[in-house]
Amino acid sequence: MTRQTNSPEHIEYVLRLGDNALILGQRMSEWCGHAPVLEEDMALANMSLDLIGQARMLLTHAGKLEGSGRDEDQLAFLRTEPNYRNLTICELPNADFGRTMMRNFLFASFQVLLWERLTASADGELAAIAAKSLKEARYHAQHAGDWVIRLGDGTAESHARTQGALDYLWTYTAEFFAATPGDDAVAAAGVGPAWSSLEAAWEAAVVPVLHEAMLTVPARTPFRSYGKFGRHSEHLGHLLAEMQILQRTYPGAQW
Amino acid sequence: MLTEAQAWLVLDSVPDPEIPVISVTELGIVREVAASGDGLRVVVTPTYSGCPATEVIAQAVRDALVEAGAGEVAVETRLAPAWTTDWIAPAAKEKLRQYGIAPPGGDAPVGPQPIRFMPRKLACPRCGSTDTARLSEFGSTACKALYRCRSCLEPFEYFKPI
Repeated sequence: MTRQTNSPEHIEYVLRLGDNALILGQRMSEWCGHAPVLEEDMALANMSLDLIGQARMLLTHAGKLEGSGRDEDQLAFLRTEPNYRNLTICELPNADFGRTMMRNFLFASFQVLLWERLTASADGELAAIAAKSLKEARYHAQHAGDWVIRLGDGTAESHARTQGALDYLWTYTAEFFAATPGDDAVAAAGVGPAWSSLEAAWEAAVVPVLHEAMLTVPARTPFRSYGKFGRHSEHLGHLLAEMQILQRTYPGAQW
Repeated sequence: MLTEAQAWLVLDSVPDPEIPVISVTELGIVREVAASGDGLRVVVTPTYSGCPATEVIAQAVRDALVEAGAGEVAVETRLAPAWTTDWIAPAAKEKLRQYGIAPPGGDAPVGPQPIRFMPRKLACPRCGSTDTARLSEFGSTACKALYRCRSCLEPFEYFKPI
């Protein structure tokens, strides 16, 4: 393997994608053994596996781009909170099944658009990962979208909880599209789209489904979250503690 | 030493660990076999990113070829082009059906999709009835969905198109 020199913006872009997949995959896996019905237990575990598989490919790639010898395990298990670049929405607690499905719907719809654009990335490895992940993200979006409609247009209780989940999570979706300092360089190099360029297409994808689910789309508020800049909610540290304990207790341990 | 053609024949008998009724070649995940030095280089592609069988498959491929006398065997993973259920051979789709798994149809969710509860009228692999209902988009593995036949009342799995 030749030592590569890649821009820090490019490395961070790939790292951000990997962290989103890793943290949501880890968070969603908490449902294993606890979902309301067995079928959904398996669905959630399988979707977590998809995300962790994507994270492995992305973090391995980020490590190679970085060129300082860090592999997927070192990136996943030996970084501390401020070095994670995932969106805050990925680290929020699962809460109830409705909120979990709403998050999956909002996030997977974003991922579908992002992976579609990244299949044309100038970074060939990233384009290959995108083509693979896109197929999986479409199933995640379809699965969660079905549930959002079923719950939103369900009983009074399920409607109220789903509307509550949307009200809670909607504020965190502004972060999807927030500009980061490296955006222009990454877009100019053809690595990937600037985040803000996905907003209109995302709203066009999610709003009709939310309406079909009889939900009211909240207004945007001044609230902003900053996970992708490394400033996280209080929830990430607890998640990392559980995820990293084995590797930190037995450094270098392998299956 | 094995020739490439002999190696393909050996691989035809390596079963998929999750669905042993079809081989890794019928599943379409062996992309390339090439002579390399004193041995062989085999390229495989994963079905799903998180498929837990990927490493088991690489090991099974290596073991089978080494046992057949291939010498040094290197198994490498390639992502592009991404695996698709279109690569499952027609005869293998029939084997899946006889095994009780409805084979993939040509209806992967490509492009914008209407949200549908009961998207497709799938034929039950046991009785052939199309009066079937989806129980879950994900079955025992990410690559399958769970269905139930309303005629013979048997549950069955559907190998999802991807």
